[in-house]
Order: sequence, then structure tokens, then C-alpha cells
Amino acid sequence: MKADPGYYDYWAYQNRPPIRWKNGARVAFWVAPNIEFYELNPPENPFRKAWAQPYPAVLGYSTRDYGNRVGHVRLMEVLDKYGVRGSISLSTALCDHHPEIIELCKERNWEFFSHGIYNTRYTYGMSEEQERAMIEDSIETIFKHTGQRCAGYLAPALSHSELTLDLFAEAGGIYTCDLFHDDQPTPLRVRSGKPFVSIPYSLEMNDTIAYVVNKVTPRHYGQMIKDNFDRLYAEGAESGTVMCVPLHNYQVSFPHRLKAFEEALEYITGHADVWVTTGREIAEYFLEHYYQSALADIQAKNSL
Amino acid sequence: MALDAEHLRYPHRRYGMDHNRYAWSMLAKRPPVAFPHGKRIALWVNVSLQYFPLNSTGKPFKAPGSLTMPYPDLRHYTLRDYGNRVGIYRILKALERYNVTATFAVNAALAERVPYLMNVLTGTGAEILAHGWDMDTLHYGGMSNEAELIDKTLTTLRGITKQPVTGWLSPARSESADTPDLLAARGIRYFCDWVNDDMPYAFNTAYGTLVAMPLSYELEDQFILMNNQHSEASYAEQVMDSFDALVAESLKDNGAQGGRILSLSVHPWMLGQPHRTKYFERVLDYVMASPLVWTASASEILASCGL
Repeated sequence: MKADPGYYDYWAYQNRPPIRWKNGARVAFWVAPNIEFYELNPPENPFRKAWAQPYPAVLGYSTRDYGNRVGHVRLMEVLDKYGVRGSISLSTALCDHHPEIIELCKERNWEFFSHGIYNTRYTYGMSEEQERAMIEDSIETIFKHTGQRCAGYLAPALSHSELTLDLFAEAGGIYTCDLFHDDQPTPLRVRSGKPFVSIPYSLEMNDTIAYVVNKVTPRHYGQMIKDNFDRLYAEGAESGTVMCVPLHNYQVSFPHRLKAFEEALEYITGHADVWVTTGREIAEYFLEHYYQSALADIQAKNSL
Repeated sequence: MALDAEHLRYPHRRYGMDHNRYAWSMLAKRPPVAFPHGKRIALWVNVSLQYFPLNSTGKPFKAPGSLTMPYPDLRHYTLRDYGNRVGIYRILKALERYNVTATFAVNAALAERVPYLMNVLTGTGAEILAHGWDMDTLHYGGMSNEAELIDKTLTTLRGITKQPVTGWLSPARSESADTPDLLAARGIRYFCDWVNDDMPYAFNTAYGTLVAMPLSYELEDQFILMNNQHSEASYAEQVMDSFDALVAESLKDNGAQGGRILSLSVHPWMLGQPHRTKYFERVLDYVMASPLVWTASASEILASCGL
């Protein structure tokens, strides 16, 4: 085990080479709906239990199923209303289970990226071969069902190994959502030396963290999103920032919660200098325009 | 290091669900449900009446609201008992004031202990659901004698209420893998444990079809006030926001989605406290002021859904 994961060097938030997003936007704003499938009776991972309660975990399982049966369409309609294309963090087995949802997202030209096979299958304990097979399976599944070449990764249930990012980059990926160290894209070191970046995804804005871990009220959550945006929008005048709201159709989409999120979304998209985009587009734009200058700046500052 | 090969095998990776209990179905794609008299929202209030024994064991886990202190936990025992002595009568007054038809899910062990209250409830014609034996007798995988427990629960409640008792809510909504089959075999028509929908749907058992009735969980008083520690004012705001959202969903596209159910699961030991009842009343006042609302029992609602 390592003390430092070794993916990136220290890079102070001040005096970086400035970023300008498309059309001079200050904030690249993206919304990442997690569309997940949790199994009722998965094989038990030796390092993490899927369900706290004995089989069958009726409440845990059925709450998540609510997201796909009921919540997805509700959230999709709100995103449609404000011109937001979702960047889906996808349990890729859902392509088989619920192809209707995949079709609705395809019609809207949403991005699909890999969130593993099931959110009840963890990376913990996998060999390198097993993790590679799982990642490749997820990428092939996305391609087969959507025609998209998967660019991004969020490890299933945020379960990682030391090799997760290396393996995903080798499988053709260009960005990860797994790291929370910055408000701008940053280059990551992977063993293949391929260009690979971290795109800010934000645990703090994540509805599950807000509602389940921090137990905030819906109105408080809406206010947090607006406050988060205000600061990143102000700072983006100097150098472009990234704001992400990661969502779950079984959290934000409840009738008692969706209104507060919609108000926040209306607020953000009502600003002029916002690039409403997807994870892949941010990663590609950064790789094309700022990746090399970022690498050079990081190297120069760390060799002082 | 490697996991067993089964961790990369996916035997249920197929169209639909990973089990056979119910069919995969998106709410937005279903035929619309029409409630009586053109109403758009069915308000279903279910009041859970619960008994938390002083000698609770908490197996296999503690139900929400369970005793937490070393024996004898008089503080929580009496705080829950308060709901059945005092709080329920405040809740009943509020329901009466706003002409709300409610159902009552009752622990059978409580029904035996409070004949006065049971007479009050059945005297109004209210529908009684079975809520298991008590809040320390959970249904769960690996338990023994579940069939006898359900027999005892239903026999007790049917005897006391003189009602057929066809609805079921498991304590803590916890089930074993056999619970739905055992319920269906004993005359239960609908149960309220699964929280995966906003409308009723058919649930398969070895003894015919049950109806899964959507009794909201994350909108429960105990979930918002006790689990989330939100204020009473926020509770009322969340319920009213929920109502507004369901109305909007029901009316959009010229009503193509059909009716929706606003289900409120409440506990007299929580909302029956003097400082909380007015927020319950605020909710009822807001919802019942709408001409779009039909207040109905669970059985009436599922009949209107063709189930």
C-alpha cells in the first residue's frame, strides 16, 4: 500500500496558465446522472457488503429500483427543459436490463461513460486480469448498445484498486471522475504514459452525499448548488473552472426534492458565461488546448 | 490476489429485473389511471400504530424508532407509548377536521393491548392493515416459524377488528424471501414494503398476485424528522413540494400521465407531539384545499387502479 497514490504532483490553485472555455465561458458546467443497477442478491465481496440488511434488502434494493422505474424520466425532463445533456455514469449491465432508458438517453445525445457492470460488484480484491476484464466488458457494452466509445470512468460504487486508472487509460479512456483534488482538469500520471486527465466531479455536490450522508433538506441542497456555482463563476473570470452536479435518479428525483434542484439549475443556466457541456467534451477540450501547458507549468513549479 | 470467478459472472444480466417478483415497467410509459370524479391526486394517509416492547432484542436489526438504551429503556418505551395514548387522538382530530380518510397499520400485539383505541378506529369504519406482531418481531431471511407468526398476527387482528384485513405493512418493511408468498396464501391482497414506485403494481407470489402499494418512505415523518433531523417546517414544505410536483406531473400533456398518489406514512409518536401536530395540519390544509384531491383508503385506491 502507498502513502500517496502518485497520480499527480502538487499544483497550487493560483498562478496557473489561465483556461478559457468555449465562447469565453467562465465555467464548464456538467451534470452527471448515475444510472445504476443494484443486484438483489450479488456474490458477497470479501471487503464490502452490498446490503446492510439480510437478504432480501427490500428497502435498499427497491429505493434504487424507484430511480429507474420512476425517477429517471422525471429528472430527464428537467434536464431537457434547461438544455442540459446528461453525462451518464452507467452501470453497464443496465443496457441489458433496461434498454428503454438507454434509448431515451441516446435520443438526446447524452454521453455514456463506464461505472462498471453493476453497482453491487466492487473492485476490491480483483486481480489485475479481473479488473481489466470488467473494465473492457463495460466499454464494449457501451459501444454495442450506444455506438459510443467510452471516454470516462467512475469506478463502480467508487471502489478502486491501485491499478484502476492505469487499466482504464490502457483500455482507451481519456478521463476519470474518481479524484476530488481540484476544481479544474488536471493531467494524471498513468503507467502507459498516455494523456489522461481528471475531470472535477464533486462529491460535495453529489445528491447522495448531500441527502444520505449529510442529510440536508432539499432547499439547502439547492442553495449549496447555487453557492458552489457563484464562487466558481466568479473565479472563472480569471481562469475557467469546472462545476459538476452528480445525481442519482433515486435521490434527486423524488417529488419532494426535484423542485429545489430545478430552481438551482434554472439559476445556473440563466448565466451568460456558462458552457453547459459533458464530461467528454471538457476532457477533449482540455487535452487539446491546455494539457501540454499544464504539464509544463506543473513541471516548472515542481523543479523550483 | 483474485476474487472467486463468480464475481465476474452475471447470471441475471438480461432484459428486465434480476428476479421474478415483478415485471420491469417505467411509470411514464404505463396507461394512465383515472380516479373517481376526475380527481388527479389520491391522498393516502397511513397511520402506523406500533408497540416497542421494553425487552426488545433488536434482531436482526433495530426498526426505526426502536429502544436504544440499556434495559430498562423507559425513556423510549414511554415516548413511543405516548403515541398510542395521546398522539393518536391529536392525529385523529386533525384527520377529522380536514375530512381525510386514513388507514391504520397496527401491530397485532398493540391491538390486543388497546381495545379502547381499536373500538374508536373500527367505529369510524377505517381500514386496518396488519403491521406485523410488534416492532421487535421482524420478518427476515433465516428466521424460523414465519408462517406461524403471520397466522398469529392475522388471526389476532381479524378477530379484534372484525375486518377481513387484506393489507400488510411489515415492521421496518423488512421481509424474508418467503414473506410475499406467505402473505398471499393467507388472504393478503396488498402490501406496502417495497418503495420502488409511485403507483401500485402486480407482485408475483407462489399463491397468486399481490399488489405492491406505494407507501412513501423518504417522505415519512420519522425519516425526515428523526433520521434526517430536519425541522417540522421543512417536513411540511417537503410534503407540499411533493404534492405540487405530483399535481404538475398528473396535469402535464393534457393529463396523459393520469392520476398520481400522494402517500403519507405517519407515526403518532412523532407527529402527535404537541409541537408537531400543527405541521401535519398545515399539510392537510394545503392538500385538501385542492379540488383535484381524492382522499381514499388503500383498498379504494387500488380498486380504482384496476388492481
